[in-house]
Amino acid sequence: MANITSNTESQRLNFWEKLYLPEIARGLSLTLRQMFKPTFTRRYPEERWNPEGSYRGRPVLVLEEDGERCVACGLCSRVCPALAIEVRAAETQDDKERYPEKFEINMLRCIYCGFCEEVCPEEAIVMSKDYELVFGSQEEGIFGKDKLLVPVAQLQDRLEFLRQWR
Amino acid sequence: METPNSRMFARLTDARGRLETGRTDMPQIIIDGRSIEATQGKTIIEAALDSGITIPHFCWHPALSVAGNCRMCLVNVGSHKKDTDGSLMYAADGTPIVSWIPKMQIACATPVADGMIVDTTSEKTVLAQNAVMEFLLVNHPLDCPICDEAGQCKLQEYAFLHSKGQSRFDEEKVHKEKRVELGPNVMFDGERCISCSRCIRFADEVAKQPVLSFVQRGDKVTIRTFPGTQFDSQYSMNVIDICPVGALTSIDFRFKARVWEMSFTDSVCPGCARGCNIKIGVMDNSVLRTEPRTNMHVNSYWMCDHGRLMAPSIVNEDRLSGPMIRSNGVLTASTWEEAISAVADSLKGLKGSQIAVIGSAHASNEDNYALARLASDVLQTSNLDYVKHNDHSFGDEVLRVNDVSPNAIGAHSVGLTPKSDGHGIDHMADRILRGDVKALIVMGEDLGSHSVALAEAAATVDTLIVLGTHNSVTAKQANILLPMNSWAESEGTFTNMLHRVQRFEAAVTTADTSRSMAQNKMSRWDKFGAPNDRWMQGVRRDCRLGWRIVAQVASALGVNWPYTSSSEVFQDLAKNVGAFSGMSYALLDAHQGLVLGKASSPEPAGVVYESHVMKPQ
Repeated sequence: MANITSNTESQRLNFWEKLYLPEIARGLSLTLRQMFKPTFTRRYPEERWNPEGSYRGRPVLVLEEDGERCVACGLCSRVCPALAIEVRAAETQDDKERYPEKFEINMLRCIYCGFCEEVCPEEAIVMSKDYELVFGSQEEGIFGKDKLLVPVAQLQDRLEFLRQWR
Repeated sequence: METPNSRMFARLTDARGRLETGRTDMPQIIIDGRSIEATQGKTIIEAALDSGITIPHFCWHPALSVAGNCRMCLVNVGSHKKDTDGSLMYAADGTPIVSWIPKMQIACATPVADGMIVDTTSEKTVLAQNAVMEFLLVNHPLDCPICDEAGQCKLQEYAFLHSKGQSRFDEEKVHKEKRVELGPNVMFDGERCISCSRCIRFADEVAKQPVLSFVQRGDKVTIRTFPGTQFDSQYSMNVIDICPVGALTSIDFRFKARVWEMSFTDSVCPGCARGCNIKIGVMDNSVLRTEPRTNMHVNSYWMCDHGRLMAPSIVNEDRLSGPMIRSNGVLTASTWEEAISAVADSLKGLKGSQIAVIGSAHASNEDNYALARLASDVLQTSNLDYVKHNDHSFGDEVLRVNDVSPNAIGAHSVGLTPKSDGHGIDHMADRILRGDVKALIVMGEDLGSHSVALAEAAATVDTLIVLGTHNSVTAKQANILLPMNSWAESEGTFTNMLHRVQRFEAAVTTADTSRSMAQNKMSRWDKFGAPNDRWMQGVRRDCRLGWRIVAQVASALGVNWPYTSSSEVFQDLAKNVGAFSGMSYALLDAHQGLVLGKASSPEPAGVVYESHVMKPQ
């Protein structure tokens, strides 16, 4: 690339801008005005943000009163672009015949795309509002059914959002 | 007096007259604008399949009688319209004018006739097929997420091609019995059934156990076994494969995996000398199930339940892993180098007549050939043989034969027979007890399966070298134990009782390789998983290909063979053993196996029909 010698930043400045001091005053006045406007930042973790239903936090399994909705069909595992989900099915004597004996999501791999939720034929895996994920080791990052199952009452916002917009 | 009936009868008589004069031996028909020479007596669907056109169907199966009850194969049939003077009529643009039969015909039950014009793709035909699909889906439950058939389901396939994706049926679906065990291996779900009757016809015509029947009528129709009977035929599980929906599923496999989570490897059943062609379903490097693969020369579309159910246990249970050497009377783990040099040391001082070699009808042609070559070229012994396995209660009239080893003919053909001055397996026990045999090499066999005397005698040999797959009695007696790949871990060939050499690929990988290195078939998870992913932690045994161990022993004894792959061993075998001459893995694949001595004149490759299989990912 050739050296640029015309229309440089200093050539574009007008006389008043080249004087420098008026620009300083203008910048300081902008800063001063911002101080009296409402703030967007908050004192996390004392003040927490509660997302809307449309928010895609960590995927969770819906737990009904009579057990999980999931039938371990494995479509979420098939569609997951990051191969984060592993499902193993087993037989139950209930009408729905099968349930996930093992359901693991590797949260280190999950990219929160929401494909699993979109493909789920039972509306059994949904994106929650949980955005606080901390683990001390790779093994801790693999969430089993104990961490994934969330009572349906806590997921009403998301389920309502899906009913309305999906 | 001429009536419409008598006119029709006259036409039929005329048609029959033409048949008798032989004018229509090879009827010319036109399917979708393609002119096809069909065979007299075939139906439209068969003629189309022979020319590579598949007409949608559920109930028709080439090996079963025609039922014609699913109506999926409706096609438009007609003939070239003739003018009153008998001349063929053409439209202004030169295309023939067709007089269509007013109603659609089912392609599976309409025989071809000369001059027939069939249309399988026009709007009218597709509309009819879509309507049939809509009816079939009226009472079919939407439980694909639960159903084991999902992913290799004919109904799913056609629902994708021939339906709107929505149902206009608002009423409640009919409820029927679910989870009924028709026999020890087959589970029936009445709601998923589309009443195609394939299973009923299979039980009657192939399994010869006519215990299945439709009961009730209309939308209440379901399938039951006759009271007091169960469908426990040795071939019962084939109905699971031919069932176009998930109404019949395997009790053994139920919910173990989704089909797309497995990789499927072409293989040959090791259960008996028939050598049924199979596919091995593998997940996490462990065998989950086997299913038949069409080969009209061997097993057509079927395999027996014994073969189907034993494969996972053969590969997964009681296996050896890691070489061992006996020191102070106890078998202790060693490295491969130590074990191979221990074998070489124990053989070095011996004369050929002091060594005996026993191969296996369970091992591949390649393994047996390498062993025979070791015996004759390196050890210079004449005492070599293999163990025969005959079970007179095993054979039947369908597929199973009394020889329950997959490769007895192959072991014989590659030269695992005693030379004129040597001794065979029947005299082996005596020779050992007389002290004539100082070292005995056994590959892939439990000697107890030949005779108790031989097994007891083997324990007294100075050096018993065992190349084994399983922790058998012989393996426990070994002085040096070299774990060998089972057939599912090996690439190789078997020669079946019809002298047909058939190739199988490795479905399971071993400790010193990986699925991608070994070029095994891979599922999506095998392809994209990282080595630390949990599903990649399947068991990988520390064992090696039989011929590779033999070649290493030969090398330790100073003879180097340039083999690097099973295919090269087979090339060498084809060069040196007359019956195999002209064969190669590529040719075996192309012709679905070749018969010994007839590599230059293979049977013509026919159309391979597979009802519905997992589509490639």
